[in-house]
Amino acid sequence: MSQDTIEAPLGATAERQAVLATSGEAPGKDWVIVTRGIKREYDMGGEIVRALRGVDLAIQRNEYVAIMGPSGSGKSTLMNVIGCLDTPNEGEYWLNGARVSSMSDDELARVRNKEIGFVFQTFNLLPRATALHNVELPLVYAGVGSVERKRRAREALSRVQLDGRMDHRPNELSGGQRQRVAIARALVNNPSILLADEPTGNLDSTTSQEIMRVFESLADQGQTVIMVTHEPDIARHARRVVVLRDGLIASDERRSAFVEKLGVTV
Amino acid sequence: MPFLDAVRLALQQIWVQKLKSFFTLLGVMIGVTFLIAVVSIVGGMSRYMTEQLVGKIMAVNSFELRHRPNINMGDHDDNYWRELRRRPRIRESDIEPVTSALPDGVLWAAVGTDNLAASSRYVSKPKGVTAFTVTDDYFTIKRMEPVSGRLFSPQEFERGMPVIVIGQDVADYFFPALDPVGRELTIRGIPYQIVGLMEKQGSAFGFSFDKFIVAPQKSTINRYVNAHGVIDAIMIQTPSREGLLSAQETVRQVMRARHGLRPSQKDDFALETSDSALEFWNKIKSYLVIAGVALPAIGLVVGAIVIMNIMLVAVAERTREIGIRKSLGARRRDIMSQFLVESATLSTVGAALGVATGFAFAKLIAAVTPLPAAVELWSVFLGVGIGAGVGIIAGAYPASRASRLDPITALRAE
Ligand SMILES: Nc1ncnc2c1ncn2[C@@H]1O[C@H](COP(=O)(O)OP(=O)(O)OP(=O)(O)O)[C@@H](O)[C@H]1O
Ligand SMILES: [Mg+2]
Repeated sequence: MSQDTIEAPLGATAERQAVLATSGEAPGKDWVIVTRGIKREYDMGGEIVRALRGVDLAIQRNEYVAIMGPSGSGKSTLMNVIGCLDTPNEGEYWLNGARVSSMSDDELARVRNKEIGFVFQTFNLLPRATALHNVELPLVYAGVGSVERKRRAREALSRVQLDGRMDHRPNELSGGQRQRVAIARALVNNPSILLADEPTGNLDSTTSQEIMRVFESLADQGQTVIMVTHEPDIARHARRVVVLRDGLIASDERRSAFVEKLGVTV
Repeated sequence: MPFLDAVRLALQQIWVQKLKSFFTLLGVMIGVTFLIAVVSIVGGMSRYMTEQLVGKIMAVNSFELRHRPNINMGDHDDNYWRELRRRPRIRESDIEPVTSALPDGVLWAAVGTDNLAASSRYVSKPKGVTAFTVTDDYFTIKRMEPVSGRLFSPQEFERGMPVIVIGQDVADYFFPALDPVGRELTIRGIPYQIVGLMEKQGSAFGFSFDKFIVAPQKSTINRYVNAHGVIDAIMIQTPSREGLLSAQETVRQVMRARHGLRPSQKDDFALETSDSALEFWNKIKSYLVIAGVALPAIGLVVGAIVIMNIMLVAVAERTREIGIRKSLGARRRDIMSQFLVESATLSTVGAALGVATGFAFAKLIAAVTPLPAAVELWSVFLGVGIGAGVGIIAGAYPASRASRLDPITALRAE
């Protein structure tokens, strides 16, 4: 913990600046995510809503990043773009050195399946499927055989301490347990990034702490994690905090620096 | 997604929404039910017609010379009937010229027939029987054997003695719980001695073939069956099917000469084979088959429309599920095949139920009506195949709509 406070803010590192500046070029191996000038606009019957207005973001392997910002600042939009669920109107998006903007429908599906684990605020579990079957789904689309699928799904569920709940349906599980199932599902295909959009938004504070401990330990094991959250309490667990405002990055700092600032404002 | 997983998923989906699924597949089920029922009944009737009905009326490899056809099926105009009425009868005097022209080994029998009232001392009420007066080879040609007693002796034939053989129904009615052989049956005041009881012939369409008596042609009965010198038919049987046509041709030439017909004139007599009796049946059958295919087809089209609508609703209801699946890496073709397999499974289940109820229906009809039913294996495959086909056609459009949903839009749906 104490070492964090010594380091300089990552937002200013020359390396990062260099990667973001070389537009049109594939970033090096270490960069899991690089976005250059990402814009996303919605046409609401003549009125243009600019959800993202040019986001430059570079994230390295093994980072644990929190994304914060006021409601409507574009956090979810950015996560959906990173998660290949949404397509930006402008800008480049590189994932593990591959340019996502030029991918076909099937390639995007493959990326969502293999490279990305997405945890939603509303869990998004299939209501009629058991926990085990929900976790098996990404493996089904990866073409993994039934026996291997079950084995890996069980393994993922026990990583989130749900050994005894495999055959329960979502409505037979508590909110925290549902989110654990969703995390197990996001992890089962060993994605290169784990994305979580307000994963504790629907949970009480005790359960939120539990879920945060799960993310914490995943990050400790070397999993790259990007998480959207409103709560400074929760952001405190991350090692880097990106703040969005009006579709632009307002600040991008080491957690230590962020915590100090919080200390001033709170 | 592997095919079997998709089918299992589809079956789960159907099971979860049992009632809705049932109504969805009702159209296909009814269509296939009718198809199977009609195919079974037409198939059964067809077999019945060829094997039973016509086979019982007509002996194998045989034809009958008559002044007009015995079996008049089909639609004919007044001219046809007028022409039939003008035809000369076949006479006893025709027998010798016709039969002497036939090659060796060909069997023949003269036959006269009419319905006559009969009575016995054991039953108070007289009853009608079908009386046949025949010559020697009749029983050989018809392959009829007595179950008790005997057939006529050459002398009885020769002298026209007052003897008869009878069918099972005649025995049952006039001699209840008695052995009829040796007893007497009275026709027009004259008693006839029963020498044989014939084996059961069975029935067709509720019409029994066992209400007959047979007497020698020279018997006194003959005068009540036909006017003097007239006979109803000469029955001719060739040893093989090959000889049948040339024998018919021989008989035709003899009869044309005897009736003094010019080449331009048509035959004024009938040479009736079992094939000619079946001709009309084959015509009816083709109409029945067309109706039997057209009616279910309407049901299947309705079923397909229902399935398509239900699948469109299902796609709308499950937009979020589609979004979830897409976010987890489902490709267009995965979603497409999921919904296609679902609608195909749905309608195949409907078709399978339809096959079952169709057979049950056919069996029921066979049980309560004289119509027979035959279960055809190919119709099972046809029914199930149609089910899968209807499901795939009806599911194509909804499935393709589902597969094209944008993942993020689908996820936001409620
Ligand atoms: N599908 C859409 N159609 C139109 N406008 C949209 C759509 N999605 C997002 N927006 C708009 O884009 C902006 C950013 O939305 P976004 O959901 O990214 O915000 P957010 O930071 O996640 O907010 P919150 O903290 O409330 O979740 C908002 O003004 C929103 O109204
Ligand atoms: Mg949001």
